[in-house]
Amino acid sequence: MPEFFEAPQEKPPGDFNIKRKLGSPSLSFFELGFRFFIYLATSISVLTTLAIVFVLFREAFRFFGEISISEFFGTEWHPLIEPRAFGVLPLISGTLMVGIGASLIAVPVGLMSALFLSEYVKGTTRVVLKSAIEILAGIPTVVYGYFALTFITPLLRGWLPNMDLFNALSAAIVVGIMIIPTISSVSQDAFEAVPRELRDAAFGLGARRYQVALTIVFPAALSGFVASVILGFSRAVGETMAVTLAAGATPKLTLNPLESIQTMTAYIVQVSLGDTPAGSIEYRSIFVVGALLFLMTLASNIVAQWIARRFQEKYH
Amino acid sequence: MHSMKTLLTMILTLSFPIQYSILWAASTSSLSGKVMIDGSSTVFPVSEAVAEDFQKANLDVRVSVAASGTGGGFKKFCKGETDISGASRSIEKSEMDLCAENKVAFIELPIGYDGIAVVVNPENTWAKSLTVAELKKIWEPNSLVKNWSDVRAGFPATKISIYGPGPEHGTFDYFTQAINGKEKLIRTNFNAANPDALVTAVKNDKTALAYFGLAYYSANKNKLALVAIDNGKGPVLPTDASVTDGKYQPLARPLFIYVAEKSLGRPEVQAFVKSFVSSLTKVLPQVGYAPFQASLYPKVLKRAEEKITGTLYSDPSRRELSMGSLLNEAQRTSQVRPARK
Repeated sequence: MPEFFEAPQEKPPGDFNIKRKLGSPSLSFFELGFRFFIYLATSISVLTTLAIVFVLFREAFRFFGEISISEFFGTEWHPLIEPRAFGVLPLISGTLMVGIGASLIAVPVGLMSALFLSEYVKGTTRVVLKSAIEILAGIPTVVYGYFALTFITPLLRGWLPNMDLFNALSAAIVVGIMIIPTISSVSQDAFEAVPRELRDAAFGLGARRYQVALTIVFPAALSGFVASVILGFSRAVGETMAVTLAAGATPKLTLNPLESIQTMTAYIVQVSLGDTPAGSIEYRSIFVVGALLFLMTLASNIVAQWIARRFQEKYH
Repeated sequence: MHSMKTLLTMILTLSFPIQYSILWAASTSSLSGKVMIDGSSTVFPVSEAVAEDFQKANLDVRVSVAASGTGGGFKKFCKGETDISGASRSIEKSEMDLCAENKVAFIELPIGYDGIAVVVNPENTWAKSLTVAELKKIWEPNSLVKNWSDVRAGFPATKISIYGPGPEHGTFDYFTQAINGKEKLIRTNFNAANPDALVTAVKNDKTALAYFGLAYYSANKNKLALVAIDNGKGPVLPTDASVTDGKYQPLARPLFIYVAEKSLGRPEVQAFVKSFVSSLTKVLPQVGYAPFQASLYPKVLKRAEEKITGTLYSDPSRRELSMGSLLNEAQRTSQVRPARK
């Protein structure tokens, strides 16, 4: 029986009927009904996750019935072009280039703006600025894609004339801009949740505002900040439309951000749009790529949680 | 933010019953039954779009659209398993024999053109035309073409950036078949993107060479320069005329649907074919194909109404004729023998 539903330990003398009046706390109709519904709600998301994982790995398993693991980690990926090749490394390099590139832009900018909003401004200014940043999150991704293709790329080609028109760099920049609100909002909430007393104590000791922000607030809210980075990174890795428009759909094993690439999610969408028959090897390849992406995101989550636990400053 | 979301959700939820009531109101037709379509994956998006609209207006009719390819579609059609078969070429002799064997009479309805435009940046002053052999040299697997000078001696020794639709597009299948001789056979190191993005790319890249559906060129004429294609008879630019009279080869082909005469006796098939032909001028550009001149569609519809069976291409040389003259000729014949069944 959960603690918070237990009857008060110290009953007021004479009031013996309180339990009967409310009915038995653990057996009341509403209690059971409520428990059932919250249990159902929780199991829906858990079961959905399990079902997705099951489908992903079942199709992936069948894929490896036809393609060997060593071929799968090869350097050529064109399952829809003859002669076919199923080496996934080009998709991984493209995905990481966009994901890491976008994070390199969004993490510093998001962190700085979160610190600014939580430590340096108050009241209306804070609300207005925060909303302005969150508007970025409301712009459709296809708009970001064309923004990259028709504005960022031509601008960059002014300095880098050898750059391909479809390239990973513009994609990373535009996805970086897209995930700034995620990182900034979540971090800001974490920073604002740091107890007032900690700041007051530091100010009392003569600390300056930047010292409070960097040495008190930031370490105290580290786990929230890491969560924001992971959320942002996952969104960058999962972003499809903007990346396809800005970076094209050319799976290529390269570390040169000036070339056209293809990301894992972009490949999945590409196959889904075509008329690929269910059960064919191309069809299964999208599940393999999905499963791999799932494992990559899972790994980055675990690493991030470890970092947060390892370096979190505990004040309570 | 949150209140906006709530508001949006409310609007969406509230509008559901309204949407349904509109659907119900539209469904005043009394047609019912099932229409089976199979065949070319090129025609598939057209049939699918028409089927969707048709089913909204006729809730009791089920239209099933599959895409087994032109050949696969005819196999089922000529056994009488489907009502309509989409085709990206006219029916072949062996397929007509199969149909005859199973006593399946068919009505051939040309629906429009699938054409491919080869384009370069407007500042490209040299590539006014390319031969089919040169296109193959650029696009074949393991192609060594890196600079424009590799394509033809005399072209400048500047980089060539090669663009095309990704392998999920029907245009990709058709282009690889027409130029490299086999579907999906192509060099792997080209810049793949969707056609809208390709238009933007060619507009901004002076070194670009790209191909995509003719409809995308027509919508962006001022940003792109068209390349004439030389198939041994001199360079031909894709124009409405050269595409529809069969001179722009091998990058334009007519598309068809074949309707079984027996199925056309059913009112739901009749209504579907009618709505198919009359929505083509709207639907074809949406999915990237070129419609005929609007004046030809009444003639196409007439073929269905009068149940004129057989193909317009009784012998291969007739493929050289324009669709306009083919249809006109067919109509004259039918006027002479109006009682034909």
